Amino acid sequence: MKVAYWPGCVSRGFTPELHGSMAKVAPLLDIELIELDRAACCGAGVIQEHNQELADTLNARTFALAQQTDGELMMNICSTCQGAQSECQERLDANTEYRDHVNTHLLDEGLKYEKGITNKNFLWLLVEDFGLDELRSRVKRPLTDLRVGPFYGCYLVRPVERLGIDEEHPRDRYMQQLIEALGGTVVDYAGVYKCCGFPIITMNKEASLKQAGRHLGDAIDAEADCLVVPCPLCHLNLDLQQPIASKVVGRELGLPVLHLPQLIGLALGLSPKELGMNKHVVRPTAVIDWSTSVVAAA
Amino acid sequence: MPEYTLRIRRYDPQSGDAAYWEDHTVDMGPKQSVLDAILKIKDDTDGSIGIRCSCQQAICGSCGVRMNGKPGLACNTHLDEAADRAHGVGWNPEPDADAETDGEADGNVIAVEPMGNIPVIRDLIVDMDAVHWKKIQRVTPWLINKEPVPEREYIVPHENMVDVTQTMACIQCGACVSDCLSMEVDPGFIGPAALAKAYRFVGDPRDAEPEERLKDLAEDEHGIYDCTHCFSCIDACPKGVDPMSQIMRLRRRAGDDYKINDRNNGNRHERSFVTLIEDYGLLHEAELLPRSYGGDSWFGKFHPSAAVELLSSLPSAIPAVIRGKLSLKLAIFGHKIPKRDLKQVQEIYKEVDGREPRVELNLYVTGYEDEEQVPAHAPHDDEPDDHILDKEAQS
Repeated sequence: MKVAYWPGCVSRGFTPELHGSMAKVAPLLDIELIELDRAACCGAGVIQEHNQELADTLNARTFALAQQTDGELMMNICSTCQGAQSECQERLDANTEYRDHVNTHLLDEGLKYEKGITNKNFLWLLVEDFGLDELRSRVKRPLTDLRVGPFYGCYLVRPVERLGIDEEHPRDRYMQQLIEALGGTVVDYAGVYKCCGFPIITMNKEASLKQAGRHLGDAIDAEADCLVVPCPLCHLNLDLQQPIASKVVGRELGLPVLHLPQLIGLALGLSPKELGMNKHVVRPTAVIDWSTSVVAAA
Repeated sequence: MPEYTLRIRRYDPQSGDAAYWEDHTVDMGPKQSVLDAILKIKDDTDGSIGIRCSCQQAICGSCGVRMNGKPGLACNTHLDEAADRAHGVGWNPEPDADAETDGEADGNVIAVEPMGNIPVIRDLIVDMDAVHWKKIQRVTPWLINKEPVPEREYIVPHENMVDVTQTMACIQCGACVSDCLSMEVDPGFIGPAALAKAYRFVGDPRDAEPEERLKDLAEDEHGIYDCTHCFSCIDACPKGVDPMSQIMRLRRRAGDDYKINDRNNGNRHERSFVTLIEDYGLLHEAELLPRSYGGDSWFGKFHPSAAVELLSSLPSAIPAVIRGKLSLKLAIFGHKIPKRDLKQVQEIYKEVDGREPRVELNLYVTGYEDEEQVPAHAPHDDEPDDHILDKEAQS
């Protein structure tokens, strides 16, 4: 399928391995990515905090650019983009007068946002559009014996109504379903739906890294081999900042944190290096013996 | 009638025993409330169960508890809804052996426990004075009169009162405090309920000291910039108060209306973020960090406090550079969207960001056009609907 693809800022900035691994994985899933390289930052909640109309306009512009492509829907690879854009979309879709008002700012460019865009995180698209059975059939290296802790990121699970999480769409269980479909073992631990602490890293570093450190510690206590995250900002606090988080919580950590497309790429037969896993601060290859546990039942 | 098992958390600190779970079974209709079930168990089997309750109409805010891990009022949570809350973020009845049900196949188990982040007095009763009310008192929860007090009534513009309607819906149940993820690691955080209350007065034009209030809350290291933006309080609130959005409004007022440059880097971070998107279209992370500490300009990174921060980041920055995660080129020059598009983004900034007053759409007030989208906490019929594009009240 063809999708209008919004990679976000950080997947092309401080976590380049996320955008890179998505580009590697997409063809293996017959997903054609039409990159929205003209679109601007989603605001990540910060522009929303500063000026709601500004954030809504920037995202209306992104949606309008996506609607100009022949993609079936818009896809992102960042929990924060999903949450921030869903918030703007909720306002834009709820009120014609407001939407028309925002659209006047896009007139110069000949752009217009039409109500009702479908914007899905890669995780949602995989489960709802691609299908886990289809994914299972394409697994070349089941993640046998790999114990994976899901870490969703706040923006992908709350608020439940805005994000369309309900009985028909148990989007808060998709990571668990996905890990199982790839042949891995789901590790349940206290931090699955909690906050990584990233939004306050510059305001209250200790509280921020206490959050990251605590969730990493809980996952280690539950004997996880690694975490998987659909959000590059969570990855920054959980991986990049892990050496400092370890000091804040006063315990050894050393838990690898994988981006969602990396975990899928491994199961689809790509090498850790192709997926950019050598770029992590906590090296996945140093902790997990990919040669045995991941390749086991190929 | 279906059978529900209420697994109630029992604890008496004076007994010296540890807390434990106790199962009670009730035959009740799925649309009866969790509080109905607890009161029936108290009447029929065990009168010693401690629960605080009064109105049973979701008005008094007394019976806040956690049901299958999610906070709420026991009196307005149906038994079937509570039972279904066993999994995920709480709303999915998918079977899962690892969840609270301890592998029991039937989904009719409801674990009822006291709210989080607040000490327990006994069983389901928490010490609201020790945390919740203390924090409410912290924000000066009353109107400070402007002098001179008018001889007749104050005349307040309608849009100003509409603006604070949402915070006034709070019934002080503490559900948002229970699930606040910042408070979990930082008990000093003033927290969602008290900060929502603070906006009720900051947004009220009759109040004499909105600026002093905002300075106080911005400068407090556990104040408005301690919120981690996790949305937990939004889902927890049984009244649709949306405390997190009220905290964001406080930040908007403090930073943009009163230009309060707090010592927690909150406003500098916001300003720098907004400016960087205007200059690049995309986030330039390597610039954001030092500017958040040193100030919103290219020179920000040369400020001493930025240098201190950069030094303390070395344990993570060095391995990231060595492994090729952070490229020096990106760190110095950042990444930009194409020139023509950047110009358009800057036009949008000019049109929207510089203009007064700000336009803000509050869906709690306006509701949704499309009825299919109406959430559970949609505004009531008696709420005004004539201010579709409420210009945000400026003090």
